[in-house]
Amino acid sequence: MTRASAEVLLRNIRPLGGAVTDVLLTAGVIAEIGSKLEVSGDAEVLDGGGAILLPAFVDLHTHLREPGREDAETVESGSAAGALGGYGCLHAMANTDPVADTAEIVEQVARLGRHAGLVDVRPVGAVSKGLAGEQLAEIGNMARSAAAVRIFSDDGHCVSDARLMRRALEYLKPFDGVLAQHAQDPRLADSSCCAHEGEISGKLGLPGWPAVAEESIIARDVMLTEHTGSRLHVCHVSTAGSVEVIRWAKSRGIQVTAEVTPHHLLLTCDLLAGYDPVYKVNPPLRPAEDVAALRAGLADGTIDAVATDHAPHAAHDKDHAFGDAAFGMLGLQTALGVVVEAMVNTDLLDWAGLADRMSIRPARIGRVGEHGRPIAVGEPANLTLVDPDASWLVDPDQLASLSRNTPFAGRILPARVLATFLRGRTTSRDGRIVTPDRQVLV
Amino acid sequence: MPAQSNSRPSSRHITTSPSDSGDSKTVLHADDVARVLDRIAHQILEKTRGGADVVLLGIPTRGAYLADRLAARIRAFGSVEVGLGMLDVTLHRDDLRTQGVRPLGKTVEPVGGIDGKLVILVDDVLFSGRTVRAALDALNDLGRPRSVQLAVLVDRGHRELPIRADYVGKNLPTAREEQVKVSLSEIDDEDSVYIATKSEPRSESGQPE
Amino acid sequence: MSRNLLSAADLSAAEAQTILDSAEQMYAIQSRQVKKLPTLRGRTVVNLFFEDSTRTRSSFEIAGKWLSADVINISAKGSSVSKGESLRDTALTVAAMGVDALVVRHATSGAVQRITEWVDCSVVNAGDGTHEHPTQALLDAFSLRRRIGDLAGRHVVIVGDLTHSRVARSNVLLLHTLGADVTLVAPPTLMPAGVASWNCATSWDLDATLSGEVNGAVDAVMMLRVQRERMSGGYFPTEREYAISYGLNPRRLKLLPKDASILHPGPMNRGLEISSAAADGDRSIVLDQVKSGVAVRMSVLYHLLAGVDQPAPALEEVSP
Repeated sequence: MTRASAEVLLRNIRPLGGAVTDVLLTAGVIAEIGSKLEVSGDAEVLDGGGAILLPAFVDLHTHLREPGREDAETVESGSAAGALGGYGCLHAMANTDPVADTAEIVEQVARLGRHAGLVDVRPVGAVSKGLAGEQLAEIGNMARSAAAVRIFSDDGHCVSDARLMRRALEYLKPFDGVLAQHAQDPRLADSSCCAHEGEISGKLGLPGWPAVAEESIIARDVMLTEHTGSRLHVCHVSTAGSVEVIRWAKSRGIQVTAEVTPHHLLLTCDLLAGYDPVYKVNPPLRPAEDVAALRAGLADGTIDAVATDHAPHAAHDKDHAFGDAAFGMLGLQTALGVVVEAMVNTDLLDWAGLADRMSIRPARIGRVGEHGRPIAVGEPANLTLVDPDASWLVDPDQLASLSRNTPFAGRILPARVLATFLRGRTTSRDGRIVTPDRQVLV
Repeated sequence: MPAQSNSRPSSRHITTSPSDSGDSKTVLHADDVARVLDRIAHQILEKTRGGADVVLLGIPTRGAYLADRLAARIRAFGSVEVGLGMLDVTLHRDDLRTQGVRPLGKTVEPVGGIDGKLVILVDDVLFSGRTVRAALDALNDLGRPRSVQLAVLVDRGHRELPIRADYVGKNLPTAREEQVKVSLSEIDDEDSVYIATKSEPRSESGQPE
Repeated sequence: MSRNLLSAADLSAAEAQTILDSAEQMYAIQSRQVKKLPTLRGRTVVNLFFEDSTRTRSSFEIAGKWLSADVINISAKGSSVSKGESLRDTALTVAAMGVDALVVRHATSGAVQRITEWVDCSVVNAGDGTHEHPTQALLDAFSLRRRIGDLAGRHVVIVGDLTHSRVARSNVLLLHTLGADVTLVAPPTLMPAGVASWNCATSWDLDATLSGEVNGAVDAVMMLRVQRERMSGGYFPTEREYAISYGLNPRRLKLLPKDASILHPGPMNRGLEISSAAADGDRSIVLDQVKSGVAVRMSVLYHLLAGVDQPAPALEEVSP
């Protein structure tokens, strides 16, 4: 393991895919941008050879599994996967054990993140106590805590009770919070529903998860958001109808944002034909028409962000029949490659657009001030350097996650993260983690 | 799923005429086959004292046709109606593991059963003796005959079990790697018996026994 | 030869006919005094049932025993998920005992296919969730063939809870392979998603279908069991309304041609999907279906197991 230098000079790189230049990172910020910059002898110099410099990615939706399922992932292993995937900030979902529904839990997760020191770990707080959907979690305490929680979500469960949803939207307004909704009407799609309702679910005899179970909740929620004047974020949008509803809501001025996962941008539900639970995810993979609509929605900005829904699972939670296996896929290390394949190589987004959807807008939604900033002198040096021409084979055994459940195993993905920087310090370089000087875990 | 393997020929099988084949030698022509069956029918009548209590059980596929023909001849020569049935031995074979699964032939119990009867098993080629052994086992499941005899069109030698035929149409000394093929007009083009030295996609009643 | 039977779609027309033809011989053996055949002597068949099913398990058990296989029943109900054991561990543990075939019943669709990824022995699907039940379809076809002859060009109507029926899925696939025309009849709530892509016609109207107005004259009608708990799911209002709308009651029997056959995979809800007049009448072949079940399963076990020497199970994959 190499140690990070205080000063890093990036030569021959292209900020947001623009003209070739050099960038000097000093004392955690971008100190200088220009051609043929000079540095003192002990600076780390990295010749990018035309690689693209982007603001480090911000994930709005990561399951780090700690506390509770440290066999599947820890804050540290998930942080490493993030740093290797080009991420500078992860939002750790609340469905841990115990649930992140108090200030104590979110502060503990934040502390573990600081200790790992590879990405900024921003805890997400639960909307309802124990994710039970019955009474509000301690939203205010979590917001005012050292973890400064701004995103609240019962992800994994839908806040399906309209009254609780309304109250939550109202209650989090003083904290500048946003409610990230897992849109799944539990009466239309209960927890047994695991395949897109349509030809594939009928053929395979799997309980169908109809698109309308997502769309009807989003339609209700945007109206509640308008009524309360609050802020709504829609997690993992998966259907063409959902994109339409969100597009309409935005045109009406409702404060709604939305995310799409990389896997919903690339994979379709016909992959379920072999009953391999590596393709079991919630919401389920959808048909090609939905994938096309999601790509179009992300391209035109109706969908604001790519969020991984990185969901590690131990092998023994996937070694079941499809219906009995756990929902979820790894995402942090494959997100860039998948988005490049689905959006950049198809000319739906350019590199600046990719930076907008993977860093700038997610940072704004999560109110993460230091991330998603312009690449300009004086800005925090939270950056990632990407080789757009490289391609790589996804080998589950080579991923930093403690789990192996990637649906992209064996695929060749485009673009590769060369290095990631957090406040000027190198966190990953050439596919390896650069270990930070450890802070004392308080 | 089921075997399309190196199975017994089916009735849909298209016969390659022996004359088409370079390395084959016809040993019985149609008229020879007819004479041989005449003789066996007479021998059965003689040896069984007029065919009383006789039941012919043909082993599918070709043994069953031979049994039909013998029954007709016995009726003609001796004015006696012998019992007639079919005995598929596939499920009793000891070579399924090595030779592969094959579709089952028919078993038809003769009217009046086989208990106390003189059963004559009829097959086309006697080779290792394993088919006959399987037939003796299969017979056990149908009943208890007074005694059991064996009639074959061709005995080609190379026995692997202590089994001999009571009625033999033709003794045919062969090399082990040769194949004895029986054609019968009921399912093939014509009646004939010939020896082939190489494998052909066709009836080979002497194998796999 | 494939060594597994997971789906009716695994069978070509020729393969299906071969299995049915062999079953014909097995059926004849069933009427003999001595029913035991030596064919599978030394082979071990394990009925691995994650879900109770006395009839299917007994049918496979008798079939295996009449072919002289050693048949062992393992009830794995409630093992797997609830006890924390993965399906993989359960399957490997059983297969490691030196088994030649696993006959598997599981409440979850696709579970049986999943098991084939981990074990080396033959695997027969004895019903997986709401997916398939291929030996049931084979025995239905067998019974029907005995009654009305070759199924090519014949018209079979399947009525009932099609969404949740593994019997319906396997039957649509197999009957299509055998050249029959199939019409599915159910209320819209019990029609499978995407049924338009299946090789069959569909109708909501049983009277019109039985009268031949939908897809021509009917040669056979198969009534599926309707689970009473479907009412709470909002699939249909009451038993009364279901029986009136979709039950094979005496009035509807008159719409059915005199020579048409009536099938039911059992167990029957008399008075709900089928009336006693239909179940016990001349046109019913319900009991013959049960008898055929043994013959068909003997044939399946014979074709899967008798031929090929099985490789030893992969012991090294099983942790102590």
